[in-house]
Amino acid sequence: MHPSSRSSAAPLAAARTVANPCEMAARLSRSRREFLRGVAGVAAGTAFLGASPLVRGETARKKRKVIVITFGGGARDQETFSPEGQANIPHLLHELAPQSSFLTQVSNRGILGHYVATASLATGVYETLNNFSAVPPEHPTVFEYFRKDLKRPSSDAWVVAPSNGFNRIGESDSRSYGSGMGARVILPKHLLGAATSGSTMDYAHLIRDNYETPLYAPQLAGGEFELQQLETILRLSVDDFKAHALTLSSPDELSVFIAKRLMQQESPSLLWITMHDIDVAHSGAYSLYIEGIQRTDRLCAELWKAVQSEPEYAGNTTMLILPDFGRDADEDAGGNGFQHHRTGDTASRTTWMMALGAGVRPGVVYDRPVQSIDLVPTLGAMLGFSPTESHGQPIAELV
Amino acid sequence: MLPRDLQADRFAAYPPLARRLAEANLTSLQRLPLSFLPGLLRELIEYDFKFPAERTAIENELVALSSLTRPQSDEWWRLFSQITLSASLERFDWVNHPAQFVEQESAYLWSTGQLDAFRKAAVDYGDRLRAATPVEPLPARRLGITVVGQGVESYDRPLFRNLRAHGTYFANVKPAKGLELLLSAVETRAKAHPMPYGHWYVDGGRAAEHNSGLTCVSYDALEPVRTALLKYMQTEIARPGMGPEELRTNLARLLPSDLGIENETDPALDRFQVKLFTEGSGTQIFSTTFAQWATREALRRAQPLTLIVRFAPRQRQKPMNELLSGWGNAEADLAGSLIDADMGAYYHWINQQRLAGSDQSAFLVWFEDHGQALAIGPTMPRGTQSTSALDLGELVSLTVS
Repeated sequence: MHPSSRSSAAPLAAARTVANPCEMAARLSRSRREFLRGVAGVAAGTAFLGASPLVRGETARKKRKVIVITFGGGARDQETFSPEGQANIPHLLHELAPQSSFLTQVSNRGILGHYVATASLATGVYETLNNFSAVPPEHPTVFEYFRKDLKRPSSDAWVVAPSNGFNRIGESDSRSYGSGMGARVILPKHLLGAATSGSTMDYAHLIRDNYETPLYAPQLAGGEFELQQLETILRLSVDDFKAHALTLSSPDELSVFIAKRLMQQESPSLLWITMHDIDVAHSGAYSLYIEGIQRTDRLCAELWKAVQSEPEYAGNTTMLILPDFGRDADEDAGGNGFQHHRTGDTASRTTWMMALGAGVRPGVVYDRPVQSIDLVPTLGAMLGFSPTESHGQPIAELV
Repeated sequence: MLPRDLQADRFAAYPPLARRLAEANLTSLQRLPLSFLPGLLRELIEYDFKFPAERTAIENELVALSSLTRPQSDEWWRLFSQITLSASLERFDWVNHPAQFVEQESAYLWSTGQLDAFRKAAVDYGDRLRAATPVEPLPARRLGITVVGQGVESYDRPLFRNLRAHGTYFANVKPAKGLELLLSAVETRAKAHPMPYGHWYVDGGRAAEHNSGLTCVSYDALEPVRTALLKYMQTEIARPGMGPEELRTNLARLLPSDLGIENETDPALDRFQVKLFTEGSGTQIFSTTFAQWATREALRRAQPLTLIVRFAPRQRQKPMNELLSGWGNAEADLAGSLIDADMGAYYHWINQQRLAGSDQSAFLVWFEDHGQALAIGPTMPRGTQSTSALDLGELVSLTVS
């Protein structure tokens, strides 16, 4: 069962007239486009189709690296891309957007729970697994396609994920792929919990729980990162890790710290980072939701700077940033505005994607509707693997 | 079991008023699709403990359904009839456990990709029902008042941004005795238009002195209930095999007596207050969330003629486990609470506008102990600013004029 959907019957209790969903999605899309044009000086993309500077050829493909950043907990337009939200995302807007191809209309037609939605992003299929169970996705993940097709070692695909529930995101149940073929998964909070066992009070702010259901932390099983590997892989002593953690203020900062360390020590070609701070919105405190957006904005820019400063990544890395879905609109009587993503309304299903770096035309906005499950085929086209079971389509504007 | 097989004796476990209503409308209920009926029964089974406005809404809905001709009925239920449900849902005891059924149906709709179709059907139904249901005229304009920023000495950023386009921003109101004047205005309305659960006072902290004619809900007064609930949650979470689904189901079953409310003098209000914690998200830990959610639920359910809500400082954010267990000092986050409350004011207005008479309703938000306020009403200019030095009593009068 999927508790995130609990209020799906809410429209029954509070049904009211709504605009046509396609119309609403297009309106959101136009709003993002117009705003980006005004603020970041980007251009409409259709004129550039067929002329993008693609990174092609086997040599380029072997060197190419891809970093995917997803937000577990969508941020709505009024807090981000609309005029009143711009103050919350200065880095995305002024630093990253001008360098990006920006897709204004990315819809998620699946289940709007964070683990199941992230699993869907990673498989290219709308998964139907229990959002709060530590179970693997049913279909092969992008990591399995990448490693099997391109014969890459396990060190070349990593996931940095926010909570215990994500520990099975690295590989699927698929017989053709599955065990041993997926990504290695680091759960920084789990790692910190292990490193500080018995004395977590100083670090409690970094081990915040799943906001969607703060009461549930599934037992870990599968290929999670072991504490002793802090030293062998990240070249980081437990004491240094603990000392650095004390300087951080949120779980996502901890994730970015680990991700940067991974980039330095392992240089994976496929790195997937899932952020989660924004999802504090489920607590109903608007100010904390806004803080989460502002922090995520800063951390995205920080990661992009890290890409530029790492020799293994500079110049050959494509970074894709997208929320897993949106949040309920204020106007939907079945929801409670920003707090949840339960109504299945257009605002909760429609979001955006930003791609920047190698092979991506900078400063272009595309309004064509795409789906979140198109991500995996797009990555396949970028990196040269075949996601045969994905239900999505490569996004032509990015490949 | 399908709705067409429904018999009167299936409602034997319902509370008396609900049972009588269900039996009297059996024929209508038998004609409803299974994808819809448990949602209605979820409301009906609580009939004995509902507010007057809710009872009227259920009665009106049943009258509307019973008056449908066969062709009308086919048209009303066409979209719901296209929803397919599993055999296990059909076997579920949806008569006696409609809320659990709706939860499981909800999960099923998401996982089978039918949520959007259900949503469309529900919106279509809501439109038809609204058109078929009589709307009683209100005795006065509906009035909503939100008080934000308790304890904040200064705040430089603009307030009420979401509301400014809809009303007049006052930059220079007289703050002296502001809360007292506002409560007095609300009490005057309660005396002029007496009605059960018609005039509410929600406080995110300790309620100020007020007249007993108001229905009052406050975060501080409910602390024993909250403490009992958090203790219950901690115990449940520690139980082997407990997951979020089971916990939520168990919470939904809690009654006032389970949380220490022994002598129910007002069963409808007692249950309302318990549901704020068992069905709300974040209400257990943040007073700002409690105030916003209580306002939303009071408006949605009781449809009061007047509602004043005063936000209070919430505790600073801590890890969720710590918030739930009540560890440590409850340090207040004043600025964050003001931002929460500012958004809460906007949601208060939105939720008020969903009720009947919205074109005539009035709304006021005030930054407590400061000179900033905003008023919305049929006679208030929109998107404008005023420097008039009114006190809060005068501002209420102007807003509802």
